[in-house]
Formats: sequence, C-alpha cells, structure tokens
Amino acid sequence: MGLTVQPDPASAVSWNPQTQEGWITTRLDFLVNWGRANSLWPMPFGTACCAIEFMASAASKFDLARFGMERMSFSPRQADVLICAGRVPFKLAPVIRRIYQQMHQPKWVISMGACASSGGMFDSYAVVQGIDTIIPVDVYVPGCPPRPEGLIYGIMMLQKKVMEERMSNAGLRDELMPDPTSQLYIPPSRIDELSEPFGNSVHQTRSAP
Amino acid sequence: MATATSKRTIEVALSTTGLGPDGKPQRIPLGAEGLTRAAPALEPEFEGEHMLINIGPQHPATHGVLRLVLELDGETVVRCIPHVGYLHCGFEKIGEYRQYNQIIPWTDREDYLNSMGNNVAYALGAERLFGIEITPRCTVLRVIAMELSRIISHLVWLGTTCIDIGAFTPFLWSFQERENVYNLLERWTGARLTTSGTRVGGMIADVPEGWTDQLRHFIATFPKTLDQVDRMLNKNAIWVGRTVGLGVMTPEEAMNYGLSGPMLRASGVAYDVRKDFPYLDYETYDFDVPVGTNGDVYDRFLVRQEELRQSVRILDQALQRLPDGPVNVDDPRVILPSKTKATSEMESMIHHFKLVMEGPRPPIGEVYVPIESPKGEKGYYFVSDGTAKPVRWRIRPPSYVNLSAIPKMVEGHLLSDVIAINASIDIVMGEIDR
Amino acid sequence: MTTSKEHGTPTFQVVYPGQPGDAPATLRNIAHRGGAMNPSVDALRATFGAAILRSEVVWGDTTVYVERAKVAEICAWLQGDPSQSYEYLVDVTAVEYRDAVRAIEVVWHLRSLKFRRFLRLKAELPKDGKTPLAVPSVWAVWKGADWLERECFDMFGIRFEGHPDLRRILMWEQYKEGYPLRKDFPMRGRFSRSEQLKQALAANPEARYSMEELSISDAFEDLPTDMRSRLLGGEKTGE
Repeated sequence: MGLTVQPDPASAVSWNPQTQEGWITTRLDFLVNWGRANSLWPMPFGTACCAIEFMASAASKFDLARFGMERMSFSPRQADVLICAGRVPFKLAPVIRRIYQQMHQPKWVISMGACASSGGMFDSYAVVQGIDTIIPVDVYVPGCPPRPEGLIYGIMMLQKKVMEERMSNAGLRDELMPDPTSQLYIPPSRIDELSEPFGNSVHQTRSAP
Repeated sequence: MATATSKRTIEVALSTTGLGPDGKPQRIPLGAEGLTRAAPALEPEFEGEHMLINIGPQHPATHGVLRLVLELDGETVVRCIPHVGYLHCGFEKIGEYRQYNQIIPWTDREDYLNSMGNNVAYALGAERLFGIEITPRCTVLRVIAMELSRIISHLVWLGTTCIDIGAFTPFLWSFQERENVYNLLERWTGARLTTSGTRVGGMIADVPEGWTDQLRHFIATFPKTLDQVDRMLNKNAIWVGRTVGLGVMTPEEAMNYGLSGPMLRASGVAYDVRKDFPYLDYETYDFDVPVGTNGDVYDRFLVRQEELRQSVRILDQALQRLPDGPVNVDDPRVILPSKTKATSEMESMIHHFKLVMEGPRPPIGEVYVPIESPKGEKGYYFVSDGTAKPVRWRIRPPSYVNLSAIPKMVEGHLLSDVIAINASIDIVMGEIDR
Repeated sequence: MTTSKEHGTPTFQVVYPGQPGDAPATLRNIAHRGGAMNPSVDALRATFGAAILRSEVVWGDTTVYVERAKVAEICAWLQGDPSQSYEYLVDVTAVEYRDAVRAIEVVWHLRSLKFRRFLRLKAELPKDGKTPLAVPSVWAVWKGADWLERECFDMFGIRFEGHPDLRRILMWEQYKEGYPLRKDFPMRGRFSRSEQLKQALAANPEARYSMEELSISDAFEDLPTDMRSRLLGGEKTGE
C-alpha cells in the first residue's frame, strides 16, 4: 500500500485512466470487503412466520438479488450469513448451533424478528429467549414479523459492518469455542439475566382469574 | 448380508461412443440399436441392504422444521418416520395465562399462512362461549377475511410446491398476488402477515374507505394469474409425471386417518365444514366443493386450484351483499367503549379499565367450533370455568393430523416422490407443533 | 375431475356427507345449557347401559361421560355401527381444571359425516393418587388417533393403553421437566433458562438411529462399527 495517492474517502477507489491506464488501486481491505458485502450468500434458517416474510423479500417485489443474495445456500458450508427467521424452541437449539458451527469463516448472523432476537411473545417453557444465548449475532431486525424493508435494512447494516472489517484485527475470525462441559458460549448467569421476563409479560404469569 | 460392502461402483453407460469422421462426438440415444445390452448382474445381494436418510429439520423442501427419517431400499422408501416438535412453542399453555382477547395475537402466529382465518375461527369460538351473535356487516367482513386468507395460504402452497417439484416461475407469480392481498390486509388491519384482525364480538376496525374497490380490482385481476398457472402446469409433462399416482389415499383410509380439507376432498370425500357444519352464513353463498377421484398429489393440486377460483366467487358475492351498519356488537361485556367516551365519561372510563385489566368473563362451559381452514378442519376448543382466562385452549390442528398419514403415503414410493407428497400435504409447522 | 380417464388409474366413489336433500344452516342463538341432544346418546345408553355415566348439552354440543375402561369398546361401536357411523375422529385431548381435586378429563371429539353429527366423549381420571393416568387407546379404531394420543401423552402424561408407539412427540425424548400442560407445571418451565438451554444443547442433533424405531435391528451385524457401538450405548433419536 502507499504506492499511490491516498484513496478518496468517498469512493475509496482511485482510478485515473490518463495517468494509470489499466490500473485500479485501492486498499486490499476495501476490495475484499466490497466483494464480500455484495455477495453475501444467505443460509435461510426459516422456522416460522418470519420465514414467509423472508420468502416475500426474496420474491419479485422486494428482490434480494439486488443485494447479491439471491443465491440461497441451503448448505451451511457454502453460506456466508445465517438468517434466523422465526422462533427457536429448545428442541431446535442444538440444530442451529450445529448449523452455525458448520459454516465457514467469514460468517455472520442476522436474527430476524422479535422471537429470534428475544423470544418475543413466547415467554414459555419451550422457547429459547433470544438466539444470542446459543450463537453470536451480528444484526437484530425488530418486528413481528419484520417487513421485507426491515430485513433489507438489516442486511444493509450488515453490509456496512462487513465494510468496516479490518485485516489488522487478528481476532476477527476466531471461532468461538463453547464451554466444554455446559456447551454454552456465555455464562449461565448471563443467560438467565437475558431471559428474564420484561415489560408486560412480568404480570402475565398468573393463570387465573 | 455380511458381504454386502463396497459394491457401489457401477459401470456407467456412456451416451457417446466416440468421435465421428467429422471429429464431433457421436450421439446415440440410449437404448438404440447396437447399444442395448443385457442388464449386468450387478449386486446380486443388493436387495435387503437398507440405507437410512435423514431429511431435515433444516431442509428447504420440508416447509419448515419437519424431520423425516427414511429407510431406503435402493431408492424406494421402505419406512418413513416423521419427527415433529421442532417448533413447539407452548401456545396452549400460554393461552391458559391470557384473557380471551389477549389470545388473538397467538392465533396469527400458529398457522401463519392463514392468520386472518384463524382470527375469525378464534372469535367464532369465543363468541359462542360468550353467547354473542355478531352483526350482519361483521359476518360478511369475516367471510371476506377468511377467503382472502385462504387465497394467500393456497398461494404459498402453490409457490413452494412448484419450487419443490422444479418450477420457479409460479413462485414469483404467487408472491406477486400475495403482495396484493397483503396490501389489502395492511390497509384494513395494519399488518401484512400477523393481522390480529378480530376481537370477541367484532373486528379490529371496519374496512377503510375505498377498500372494497381495491378488493374488486384484485378479484378482477387474480383469475388471470390462475389461468397462467393452469396453462403452465395442468398439462405440463413434468408436472403431471411428478404428481400423478403418488401418495394415494382411498376415501376410507382418508377418513380413518382423520385427514381433512383438500387432502380429504382429493380422496373423494366431499366434506367441507362450510357446507356440512356451516358458520358465517356460508350456506347462503353459491360455491362448489371440488372433489378429486384419485386421491393423489395431482388431485390435491387440482382441488386447491379450484378452491382458489371458488374463493374468488365467494368474495364476489360477499362484496355484493356487504351491508351497512355497525361492525361490533353492542354488548358492554366484551366491547370497549369508544375512546371519546372513555376519556370524557367516568362510567365509560371505569368500564374501559375493568375490561382491559380484568377481561371479559364467559359463563362456565365448553365449545368446539370448527371452520374450514385452507389446511382442513380447524377448530378451537375452549373450556371455561367462569374466570377471565380459559382453563384449556386447544387447537385442533388440521395439518398435524394430515401429516401423521405421511408414512402411509410415502412408503413404497421413490425418494424423490417423498418431496412431492410432503409438499402436497400443505403443512405449516407453526400449526403442527404449536 | 378428468384425470382418471387420462391416466387410467382407479377412481373412487365420491362420498357425500349428510342425507340427500338436507342442507344445514348456520346455528343461531344457541342456548347455554339444554337443547336438542344428539340421538346417539340414547343408542349408547341402550347398548352400554351403566358404562354411560351422564350426558349434557352445552352450547349446542352433546357431551357424554363414559366409563374409562369402556372407551375403546364404545368408540369401536360408534364407528362401526351403521346407525351411528362416526367414521371421523376429530380430536383427542385432555382438560385439567385449576381445581386441585377435580378429575382430569380426557376428551374425544367424534364426527359422523353420514349423519352430520358431532359428539364429545369424556372419561374422567380422578386425582386421588390411586387412579392411574391411563385410558384405552382408540388407535385400532381410527388411525388418526396415533399422533393425537401421543401428543396428549406428551403434554399431560396420560397413557393410552394399546397404542403401538407411545413416545413423546413434541418435546424431545429426554425432556426432564415433566408434562407441560399439567397445572402444576409453571409456564416458564421448572428449570432456569440456562439449565434448560444446557440440557437442550446436550442432545446430539446428528443422532438419528434408534433400535426401537427402525427395522434395522435385523441388519445389526452389517452396520458400521461406530454405529453399532452408538446403538449399543442406547442412543436415541437426537431430539
């Protein structure tokens, strides 16, 4: 680097056909991130209502192809971004964990909808209170379900995050290893804290009257 | 059987025999003269060695998180063991902790393709439990809501089934039409998918001005899409070849397995809740119940196709007869006073407060009210002990019972047909696992 | 449908529900209690006598309380007798009341397509600590009862005697917290969230063979060694 003038902060690519014919100079970081951000292959982990809105996003009106995402990768080994669309019960927890572990670096996770992000309205015995207790999450998309515009906004936020990654960050691609005995990524006390009922649901624990 | 290992290498017959005099590969159709030969005695002990295949719970063709464990003999399914419960969220338990109006948002998310229909089904059950008769305008509006959600549910079925069987275009068509219905629902209830459109004793709101014109426009344009799908699929050799004769259920079997909806009708049982146990004055609408005669995947496709057209007919009639008048019943037990009154009159405010905080209380009793959902007979079973929250709120899930017959339908068919048969059941895991 | 002629597959005789010429109408102004009782009740009393405990009509639907041990017999008669013809099992479920002493009720919803009738059967299981939570299975009468009974077992712990494969269906097989729809089961479960997650993650999602459910036990000797050792270790499906 440093062979040419500093890249223009607005475009980050400097190209001067008069003086540098046939050459583009840019930061390697930028070039790689630009390629990655615009061809994020999604692994749709669709479980419930959000999956229908995800399908609507992929269909003709909202057209995820505009973001380089029309190639649904149903094999986790060829996917870049895990989109968890819908609620995740405990029975599904080892499955999503396994799918996440099967994905290669670089990988990102979008948690689509209230249920995936926090358990949503399902504060019951069967539902994981937020998939961030199982796998690390990059972008949370609120909504029940989010509109396709909301999901697309989340995707654009993820693209922005990808663009800001730096190769100098040595720990960027470190695989998170769960605790070998409990298989948890984060301490149990933190999980209990994250899963506490909040808002209205605090008062809705009585069955009668 | 002990020696049946590593014999999988099969000599592949090439379709080109070599280069011709012009230097191009010669192509001879398979089976032509000179290429036919006796089938080699490959793997004499092949039969009997079974293979296990696991499909799901995360698989694009299982329409959610269904998991099928298949035991295969070659490519033939010998045994199929479905596993469900990967989306079990405890709806029925949560229902025991919520007041009657508070449960409605859960009905959206249970069969999320038919959310408005579930809202109506729920309200019908709760109203019978409260002993409420709804207004004429509300009745017709609910018919419109149910038929619209039947259309969008069948459209998802059409789109995803086409993808499973190998056609992508109908998926785009059906999602374009769904967007039109979404726009209608959004104008009415404020939500595209999870509508929560009813309340006990009425609707969330009357339809906005100009809404009926938008619906008329939809009714006028939608059958064209159906015609396109007809033209593309009904006589399509691939489509017919991949659907005819698969997963046959006889009428007796279908009834014994408790199938309902298009699954049952494709098997030749003309049972439709709208005709046989009518609700919402369905007996006064002029519509036909399509019935299949073969009970295979193709018949299920035809039955759903025809139901889409019949839904359009019902919508048309409902629009013609839509009466004026109030949408909500005049019953202070369940219906909130208007916001203006609640903020200006003391009694109305107290009434509003009590209804919201304590909730309406039905008399002791139990009801089961079935409706014809796109998947089949759906019903909510309420048991009340006189308090503001039900003792038991049970969902009768049609696709759960329909899916339980899948081992019966797939065993003996090829692995690739499992996908088509599974798609023909029109499962929605939110309803199956609840 | 014209498919039959084109493809030469056998066709079915179409079954029409109801009697010819009678078109039902939407029910209106249903009384809370009382009203016309389902005629099947009298026939049941005539056939089974003391096994029919009592009957009532609530919001237009007839409920018959029957003796627990006779359920399968009664259902087989209701399904098979041409004068009843309840060929369709709608639902099997259970109700536990908030009352600590009131019996748990098992509920069967039956439908006759031929006569357009709906009947609710109930059997009571008193919570006296002595009565076992068990009723006869109706799987032999209606195959549709298979998963409905499994679900009822999973959610309430009620055993259906005679069911060929009574396993948990919605919760995973090693689920330790109990039966979720029982009233003594808290809505958020018995364990803390971290404990629930820990137990759920301990399940192996790739485990997919169990001797009980697959007919591979005949071919056991031919299986790869690792699979054999896993099966011998009592591996269940990875739910």
